[in-house]
Amino acid sequence: MKKGIFVVMASLLMTSSFAQSEKYLKAMEALVPSVDTTRSMEGLTDLANSFERIANAEKTQWLPYYYAALCNINMANSYFLLQQPEKIDPLMDKAEPMMNKAEELEKNNAEIMCLKKMFNSGKMMADPMNRFMIFGQAASEALETAKSLNPENPRVYLLEGQDKYYTPEQWGGSKTEGKKLFEEAIKKFGTFKPASSIHPSWGLGMAKYFLTLE
Amino acid sequence: MLFPMIVLGMMARAQVTIKGVIKDNKSKPVAGVSISIKDSYDGGTSDSSGKYSFKTTEKGEQLLVISSIGYKPVEQKIKLEGGVLTIDATLKEEISELTAVVLSAGTFEASDRKRASAVLDPIDIVTTASANGDITGALKTLPGAQQVGESEGLYVRGGTAAETKTFIDGTLVNNFFYSSVPNIAQFGRFSPFIFKGTVFSTGGYSALYGQALSSALILESIDLPEQSSANIGITVLSGSAGLQQLAKNKKSSWGFSYGYTDLSLAFAIIKQKQDFSKVPTYHNLDANFRIKTSKTGILKYYGYFSSNKLAFTTNSIDSLGYLDKFAIGNKNFYHNLAWKENLGKRWKLNTGISFSNNKDDISSNMQNQNKQDVVLGNLEFKKFHIDTKGNYFNAKMVLEKKLKGLSALRFGTEYNSSNDKLLYTAFDDQQYPDTLKGHMNAVFAEADVYATNALAIKGGLRFENSSLLDRTNIAPRFSVAYKLGKGSQASVAYGIFYQDPERRYLPSPNGLTFMKATHYIVQYQKVANQQSFRAEVFYKKYDNLVKTGTVNFREAAISNQGFGDAKGIEFFWRDKKTIKNLDYWISYSYLDTKRDFLNFPFSIRPNFAAKHTSSLVVKKFVQKIKTNINFAYNYASGRPYYNIGFDGNAYKFNDRGTIPDYHNVSFSLNYLPSIGKKDAKSFAVYVFQVSNIFNIRQTYGYNYSYNGFRKEAIVPTSRMFVFIGAFISFGIDRSDEVINNGL
Repeated sequence: MKKGIFVVMASLLMTSSFAQSEKYLKAMEALVPSVDTTRSMEGLTDLANSFERIANAEKTQWLPYYYAALCNINMANSYFLLQQPEKIDPLMDKAEPMMNKAEELEKNNAEIMCLKKMFNSGKMMADPMNRFMIFGQAASEALETAKSLNPENPRVYLLEGQDKYYTPEQWGGSKTEGKKLFEEAIKKFGTFKPASSIHPSWGLGMAKYFLTLE
Repeated sequence: MLFPMIVLGMMARAQVTIKGVIKDNKSKPVAGVSISIKDSYDGGTSDSSGKYSFKTTEKGEQLLVISSIGYKPVEQKIKLEGGVLTIDATLKEEISELTAVVLSAGTFEASDRKRASAVLDPIDIVTTASANGDITGALKTLPGAQQVGESEGLYVRGGTAAETKTFIDGTLVNNFFYSSVPNIAQFGRFSPFIFKGTVFSTGGYSALYGQALSSALILESIDLPEQSSANIGITVLSGSAGLQQLAKNKKSSWGFSYGYTDLSLAFAIIKQKQDFSKVPTYHNLDANFRIKTSKTGILKYYGYFSSNKLAFTTNSIDSLGYLDKFAIGNKNFYHNLAWKENLGKRWKLNTGISFSNNKDDISSNMQNQNKQDVVLGNLEFKKFHIDTKGNYFNAKMVLEKKLKGLSALRFGTEYNSSNDKLLYTAFDDQQYPDTLKGHMNAVFAEADVYATNALAIKGGLRFENSSLLDRTNIAPRFSVAYKLGKGSQASVAYGIFYQDPERRYLPSPNGLTFMKATHYIVQYQKVANQQSFRAEVFYKKYDNLVKTGTVNFREAAISNQGFGDAKGIEFFWRDKKTIKNLDYWISYSYLDTKRDFLNFPFSIRPNFAAKHTSSLVVKKFVQKIKTNINFAYNYASGRPYYNIGFDGNAYKFNDRGTIPDYHNVSFSLNYLPSIGKKDAKSFAVYVFQVSNIFNIRQTYGYNYSYNGFRKEAIVPTSRMFVFIGAFISFGIDRSDEVINNGL
């Protein structure tokens, strides 16, 4: 009888933990597609907060940490485009510990390396003259690591393309080379299969958008 | 067994709506705030009116966490029993370096620290056209500093160069500049590239520093390099080579460099006012190591050795047809060892020692037209020889305890010892040896209190004991900063500052005391969106300045009956925004000062104080040609000049007047062909630099003949100067570091 109770308890526990992960999956599936489409600050803040709640509740899943950090970095980049570089650092300070937690939970992952590249590039843009040496180098190192971990990841080429596209020609940038990289990224998006429905898959729209630019 | 589970499941599906409004402590709505139930997925985000609303299936007692960037998070216990729950909250601003006011009265800071209101960047120190790669050259474009060209040093707010002291990693630096040469300002010994942070205080500085009546220049050396590298430099004046090696584990590094400067080529092309029999040559050698002692701790050593020589003749003003000859040889050793470490429990240790040794070998002669040494009657005193040897040891320890937020308590101790030996040999080979030993002990404590992001207070006390004077002083320091609005703040500073009389006027036949200055500073600053504006008003009162008299044929301190004051207003405006890719700043200083010190007959405006001083610095990077274009214009209104003589009874003016206004336009180009090339193995910077581009005549003052009948303008050694150089580094991109590594 005792054994019977144990079996029932164990199966109950399993169901509840299964239910938990189903809940996790459902919550994430509801949010992840928005990552690729949300542009407004309000939308990104809300999305970042939602991912952060899931991250803090789960604690052992790297994806919600990854997405929460990504949304904050995207916000920082938007502020750069709005010419408010002073708003970059506070958002990056928020993103950094979450990015580090994602890396602790999931080592040697190309997606997290891409995130690190975006983080360092963003930090540099807040004060390029003084930060070029530290953050510029860390950014290119992170992108190289991402490429070596997974040369088939389309976001590697998207980020590399953005670098090429926005860097002035005299500094080694090139719009045409950038566009080649966006085309390469689109090709990789065609064959890239995210590990699950909630793994990163964002970026195709952005790559296509860059190709429409003059 | 299943029954209770079903009930639980049904209960879980009952929803509660939580809503409310989030405001800050000024009752303004806060947008983007995260409201969440701890360890649950459920939560919401506040909108632009501060409102939020979300549904949750959680039950019972829960913790609601309300958080937003820049605010202290709030946690509140709630009980979920169905229906609608209204939770409003007020958020308090979090005190952080990014948003807090800065105690900035009297201070210009250029460092890599995150600061809400930084107006200078570290790179500004090396990309200012008129700086010639010299730290103090860049600081002279800031309000408060004078454009004095006839001698080295920072003359700040009516103070002499001796009233400014320099500190590297906390400890005092003796002989920061190359040894003085009559009427030719010398450069600082240290390359600006070994420093990552510069704090230039024009008054009201912290209790951690002392023995400077006017100003403190606080330099922080760089930590580990990012990468190993080697570099070489070739210029019209010099050649240099260096190596920096970073250990594989990135926990330690070592490096050294050697530079040889020889001005023969430059002097052959650009005519000098002086006739150099020994063209200046400099051998400079430095070495460093840096070791990480823990995750946050670092031990740093920097060692420097320099040997330099020069000799020149000028037409003697005292006897027509004869020449005055001056020669100097200098050897200087400097060692600095600094250690900083976090001790845990928010305690931090900053400690360091420095040792330096300086030898000067100076000779003065008269020569005839055939360049043979001669001794003329009544001008025998013009032949002499001086040998000086100085040994200096400085140590400092500061303990810091971080309190809540940014508040902190600091205390520590400082020790300076000096041993100066001088041997004066007169024309008749009579020798006059002199030794002067001194110790200074200090203890200090200060507290930073950040009540809110909008209010910061710093209070400090410093006790000093000087063995030279056998006296003790107590110096209070105080400053407050208050945030007026977004990016704007007001601050005030007050402090008492003491300094030993200058050693050159010692020993004294009478007992002396500390010279004293009291500073009062009020500042307004606004920093927003790539633009900064600063206005500062100050009043400085001098007491117990040294008066000198003639004792045994030399000028010696005889009393502390000197006094003086200085008042003025200063403006600084920097704009990186209005014109794209163009960065410029304008500074203006008005100074009204008078003092009675040394041999002044009565209280007068000193010869190193211009009423109006102004600078315009422009920097532009032109991407198309990969070139950094820098331009600087420095202006100072005419300074007074005096010829003070002793008539056997008292000091009086033999002559006085005002020198013409000073104008200097400098221009430099830095061409960086390899910038931005990702895979480049080497990086090169080509520098082209012209000072006084319009060849304007600059007069710094007048020299008088011994009998006072003749006078001669003190002018720069050459009007215009051109510098061309190439700097190549292998390994890391050090383009930034070599920009303007002139002279």
